[in-house]
Order: sequence, then structure tokens, then C-alpha cells
Amino acid sequence: MISINVNGKQHELDTDPETPLLWVIRDILGLTGTKYGCGMSLCGACTAHLDGNPIRTCVVPVSAAVGKNITTIEGLSKNNDHPVQLAWLAEQVPQCGYCQSGQIMTAAALLAKTPDPSDSEINAFMSGNICRCGTYDRIRRAIKRASSTPTKDNENV
Amino acid sequence: MSEPANMDRRAFLKTSATVGGGLVLGFSLFGCGPKFDGKTTIKNLRLEKEDLPNNFVPNMWLRINADNTVVIQSASSEMGQGVMTAIPMLVAEELEADMSLVHVEFAPAHNDFANPASGYQITGGSQSIRGFWKPMREAGATAKEMLISAAALLWGVDSVECYAKKGKVIHIPSNKSFTFGQLVEHAAKLKVPENIPLKEPQHFKLIGTPQARLDGPAKINGSAVFGIDVKVPHLLVACVARCPVFGGKLISYDDAKTKQIAGIRHVIVIDSGVAVIADHFWAAKKGRDALTIKWDEGENKVLSSEIIRQKFKLAINDNKSVRDDGDALEALENSKKKISAVFETPFLAHTCMEPMNCTADVHATYCHLWVPTQAQEFAMKAAKDISGLPAEQIQIHTTFLGGGFGRRAEMDFIIEAMQCSNAIQKPVKVIWTREDDVQHDYYRPATYNELTAAVDKDNNAIAWRHDIAGPSILERYVPFAKILLRGKDDTSTEGAANLPYAIPNIAVNYAWVSTAIPVGFWRSVGNSQNGFITECFIDELASLAEQDPLSFRKNLLVGHDRHLAVLDLAASKAGWNMPLPEGHFHGIAVMESFGSYVAQIAEVSIQAHENLPIKVHKVTCAADCGIIVNPDTVEAQLQSAIIFGLTAALTGEISIENGRVMQSNFHDYPQLRIDEVPKIEVHLIKSAEAVGGVGEIGVPAIAPAVANAVFAATGKRVRKLPIRLDELVTV
Repeated sequence: MISINVNGKQHELDTDPETPLLWVIRDILGLTGTKYGCGMSLCGACTAHLDGNPIRTCVVPVSAAVGKNITTIEGLSKNNDHPVQLAWLAEQVPQCGYCQSGQIMTAAALLAKTPDPSDSEINAFMSGNICRCGTYDRIRRAIKRASSTPTKDNENV
Repeated sequence: MSEPANMDRRAFLKTSATVGGGLVLGFSLFGCGPKFDGKTTIKNLRLEKEDLPNNFVPNMWLRINADNTVVIQSASSEMGQGVMTAIPMLVAEELEADMSLVHVEFAPAHNDFANPASGYQITGGSQSIRGFWKPMREAGATAKEMLISAAALLWGVDSVECYAKKGKVIHIPSNKSFTFGQLVEHAAKLKVPENIPLKEPQHFKLIGTPQARLDGPAKINGSAVFGIDVKVPHLLVACVARCPVFGGKLISYDDAKTKQIAGIRHVIVIDSGVAVIADHFWAAKKGRDALTIKWDEGENKVLSSEIIRQKFKLAINDNKSVRDDGDALEALENSKKKISAVFETPFLAHTCMEPMNCTADVHATYCHLWVPTQAQEFAMKAAKDISGLPAEQIQIHTTFLGGGFGRRAEMDFIIEAMQCSNAIQKPVKVIWTREDDVQHDYYRPATYNELTAAVDKDNNAIAWRHDIAGPSILERYVPFAKILLRGKDDTSTEGAANLPYAIPNIAVNYAWVSTAIPVGFWRSVGNSQNGFITECFIDELASLAEQDPLSFRKNLLVGHDRHLAVLDLAASKAGWNMPLPEGHFHGIAVMESFGSYVAQIAEVSIQAHENLPIKVHKVTCAADCGIIVNPDTVEAQLQSAIIFGLTAALTGEISIENGRVMQSNFHDYPQLRIDEVPKIEVHLIKSAEAVGGVGEIGVPAIAPAVANAVFAATGKRVRKLPIRLDELVTV
């Protein structure tokens, strides 16, 4: 048995310890907000937090999460009111929306560490997350809106 | 909510009573679709019309509930383009609904939900708003009229003294009001009025204003249900092993190792390969990877990109004329000042962020499909064929689509799920890996093009010849396609045959060359490659004529006011011919597609950036898409399409060796990332013209705008995509 904590809830699982955390979260726990995109840590759609750090759940075995706190998009806020989520709505970021859970989780981790990121800090932190709809400009605006000192406009680098 | 037997089926708008006492309006567009008249456009191509059910599902476009909520069924799939916000805006505009009380559902597969523009229940060709522009507004206007009549009857006043506003009907003299919900029971008993006038555009209050996406809240908390997220009791998950060589066949397989893996339930053979069906995805994938399979790779095992290229080159003169103005051959022969070029474009994959998937639950008497599809109509055909059930016993539930771009109009993943579930009579979700997606797509066609153009002694453009060789997308859709379509396929020649420039002698020819590589619709279709080719070559002609690329185009576009307006707007916003930072250069392009007009100016410098050959700093885009419904999503769609087209121009190539695709995932089929995209400015022309397409129109002009900027920077021409600095051509 493997015991993991997801969004504050403890789960005892009878599963292969090598199973990527992504598929445990999605197929066993039924939390489908975390998405499969590449399976190789290339696109960031599967991003969740492990003790607050963004991880690519598609390549992290479930065994690596034992004893740690996993947070998925469903656990980011109780009332969909995390500053990043609010900023995402205010800037009307999502198009198809498939990558946005991963984008939001990565952005939330960025702002937790760097409350007022520069453009190059945003680039460095967010460049692991692909958006095939190309919502990048609005992602940047939303991160700035959610940052501690929001700026009205952004200078793309 | 089934239709009362005594209702006239021909009635355009219909009411029906609901259990909850709401007002329901449905209408039938069945039969409105164009008939196939021999012209080979997708718009009027009449595929075998599916016999969709006419009665079993509630034909329900618009329902107003007693609790004041308004529920609209969207026949178009939501794949990011914003249609599930724009269609409700059309209804709400005429209904005078309160947008905050409007909800949207995805419509079932039903003839009544066919898009009037295509005749099919398909989301594609940038046709959703163009097709539903009038009927959705008519539904709203008719419902409003009925609500007003109901209120007037209840008050005992003349309905001309009443008006509707924000979900209420108000009696002007007394200022009394009813909410829509208070009126629905009475309104539902009224006869449906006919020929209700629609608003003139100058009276629009909602259309043309930026509205928040109705799907926004579900897409920031993980609750939006995409196909891959569908949950059904006792659901199994399948992963399919397919022959890596196109057209290959299964000889045998050994599943001994697979069956040792915990969670494996079935290993079965389906048309596309061997399906491993398990309790969850990870077991299914591990099980698939553990199969030992012998494939008969067939004759395609030697196929390569180079062989395909040579095939195009050899066949290019065995063509059909798709445009023949004047006498281009003679004019070119007699011309002293001319230029010739070969342009090549590669196969491209769609790589929707959500890999292909479908959930099917097939039983003896019913079948459910949960699927992120652009083509409910084709999905129904696949479900009928495989289950043997009539349409009335099949329900298709459309989920959110994690990207579409044309890929989700295909049926391969649906057929796989249907065959798996049909075989074991249990619900099965087929999930493709990213590798499956990249290596088993229906690719944007590769093409090989020869062009020659000439100017006279006064540098006036006098002749243009464009020969295209490439595969046909329609070949798969029409039996005996090449004969029936007389060797022509608009999806290969759009964007080339309709060259807008006033050149007296124009010849455009198409050589239909089939290959074993499956090809399909890719965002903006033929315009995607032909925009690059024609807008680069017109730029080359401008150089030959020793003229500025913008003024050369404008001189040849006299009378094309919408082309001119977007060119002028883009030029003034970007500062065409104004000084740029050191090492930065501009390139320009203009394209009409899907009834809309787009000009783009790219600002580029030749500096390698990680894996990219050049740096695109900024794109200035001007667009005229006719009347705009939701300007916020139009801006987002243009930015999206520019990044989509730029990704292809800078990195996109599917290459074939030994009959198989060489790329497999985002490391070798990369997508532009946040640090690689330019600043994109979108300027929309306020237009009273007919509604144009939006979702695809930003793609065609970006590759040529960037390529022409590369010429400005280097003096060398881009004639092949993706752009590679060592493949530039000195002219």
C-alpha cells in the first residue's frame, strides 16, 4: 500500500509504486483537472505542487510523493479565488483551456517564490508550459495582475 | 420534450412544453444545406448526408426556465475559439436576455443542428458564427416577441406599450414588469409568430462588446470536462498499438508479457492495430508497450520525404487549370524581366494539447459516445456503422475540446473506441499518447510549387504562373474523388487560385498527387501553405519591379478596398518604412480567407534564439472580419492563429523516413513557448460587412510576413518552410 496526501486528504492506494503520479491523481483519485499532454515533462500540462514546488506529475512516480503534500488545481483554492485564478479570469486567458491548469499551477508557484516577477523571470519559470492556443500574452498579463505590484502594461522581451 | 405529433415539422420555429413549465424554442434547419452541385468547395461539397435522428432528442435551441435562466444549445463545438460565448450573445442580443443568466449546453447529434453554412453538424471552416448568425438571432427575437405578448395578455394591455430589457418585460406607461421566468408558462401556450424583424446592427447592445467567456470559470479550476476526463461507471481504458508504417498490416502479436501486468483486462485486434484494454491508462500503456508485434509494413516501408518530393516534382506538369486569366504562358515567354522560384512546404501535425481520445459504451440496444469532436455528424455515422444500431438508439455527448485545428473532424479515434467497446460490450475510453498523436495524424499536406512571374519594361506586373503539386484532402471523403472532382481540390488551391492582385495574365494549375501519407484539414487549410507561397512570391515580384513591397501590393489591389484598408492600418500602426531598432527589419503580407481580410507586419532580427533561426520581435496585425460579435475573443483568436502559424514557420516539419514519421513528441516537434513569442498587436477594423470567419484567418499571413522580413534583413529569399537560414536562396 502507498499512502499519499492530495489536497489535504490522505489516500491509501494499492498501486504500482512506479506509476506516474499523474495517472494516480487522474485515474484512481478521479481528479481530472491535472492534464496529460506529453508524458515526457515537455509541456507542463500535468503540473501540480509537491510541498509547494511545481512538478511534472507525468514523470514523477507516485512513490516519490509519499510523505509529502500534493496540491492539484482542485486544491489550489476553496472558492476559485486564488489570486492567479482571479487574474486568469480578469484577463480572459483560457481558450481551449486544456493547458491552463498546468499554467495556473506553475504561475502560482512562481508568485509564491517571486511575488513581483520581471518579464525574464516569468519567461524562465513559465517556458516549460506549452499553450497550443498561444495564450501567452494574456498569461503574462495575468501573472502581472496577480503579482504584488501589478503593472498596467507589460513589456514583452 | 418530444415533439407533439400534431406539430408541423416544416415549421421553422417550434415551441414545446417542458416538464418544468419553461418556454422552449427549437427550429429545424434540416434540408437547408446546399446540395452538391459539382463545384469542389468544402462549403458545398455534399458528403453522403447522414441519416441523423429527427425525433428522439429534444430539438431544443433555446429554453427559458421559470427560474429566469436561459439555456442555449450550441451546435458548434467549443475548442477554444469562443463559440460557446458568441452564439449565446447572438440569442441574448435579440432576446434582451441578461447574459449573467445565460447557460450553454452542447447540442446532441441531430439533423436540426446542422450548420446552415455547410449543411453538416460540423465545427470547421470558420463557419460557426457565419452559419448561425441569422437563425440564432431569429430564435432570440421570436422568443422575446412571445414573452412580450404573454405579458401584454396578462396585463390586458397592448403589446406595443411593452418592451424587453435584461431579462424582463416592462410595461412603459405603468412601469410594471415581469421577469422572463414569470412569463414562460404563458408564452409557451402562444402560437409561434413568424417573420419577426431582427435588429439593425446600429442597435446592437451586446454584439460588438467584449464579453467574458462563459467557459472561463470552468477552465481555471480544473472542472471543465474534456473528452479525456469523462467518467463512466466501470470504465476501462485502451491504448492501441498501430503499425508505424502508413498502410501496414498486422501479421501476429504476442501478449504474454502484457497479460502479466496488473490491471490488463483484454487484448483485442481492431482495424487500426492491437488494443490493450485495462483498468486505467497506465496499465494499458504499459501493456501496449509490452506487446511483441509482427507487422507487414507493406510497400510504403521505403517511403521518404525525399521520394514524395521527387514524386511531386515529376508530376507537376500533369495538372488541371484552376485559374486561367489572359495568356500567362505567352506573356511569360515574351517577357524579358521575369523571376522563377520553387517553393516547398512540409507535412504538419496538429498536436492539439489534449491528445486524441474517445469514450464509447456500446450495447445491444443503445450506444453512448462521449467525445471531443468537431464532427458530430460523422461520429454518428461511425457509431451506426460499428454498432449496427439506428441513430435513435445512439447518443453523442460532445465534451470540451482541448484544441481542434481540424484534427478533431477525423473519425479514427472514434472508430477505435467504438470497435473496442463493441467487442467487449463495456464502456471503453481510448487514449492516445503524444507519440501516437504526432505519428498517426492526418497531416497538413506537403506541397511542391513552381512559380514564374514577370513585369513589363515599366515594371508593371504582367504575368503570374503558379503550378502546385500535392495530395488532395478531399480524396478520402468522396468516392472516386479525382474523377468526380475532375482533378481539382479547392483545399489544395485556396489562397493561390484566388490571388487578388490585378495581373492581366494569371495561370494557376494543380497536380493532384496521392501519397500514402494521410492528409487532412489543418487550421486555415490550403491558405496555410498558399498564403506563404503567394505572399512571398509577390514580394519577390516587387523586388524585381524595384518597388516597395507595400506600394507594389497596393497598386495591384485598386478596388479591393478591404485588402487596402487592412494593409494601410497595419502599415500605419507598425510604422512601415519608419526607422526600426538596429538590426530589425519589417516584412508584410496580406490575405483574404474565410470571408475576412488580414494584413500582418512582422518585425524580425537575424539572431538565433535557442532552437529558433531568427527572432520575431513584434507582429502588427490588422483585420477586417465584418461585423464582430465578441471583440475580445477575436483579438485572442488572431493572437492564437499568429502563434500557431509562426510555430509552423519557424519549427514545423513532419518528415518521413522508411514509411514512418520521424518526430514523436514536443522535443522534436516543438511548439513556441512564452519566451519565444513576439509581442502581437491586433487592430480590428470597425466593419458593417457580413460576418466573416475568425478562428483560422490569422494563420496564412504570418509565415510570409516573417519570410519577407528575413529577406529585408539578409537579401536572401525564404522558399521553403520551416525557415532555415542555411536554406535561404540568393536571388
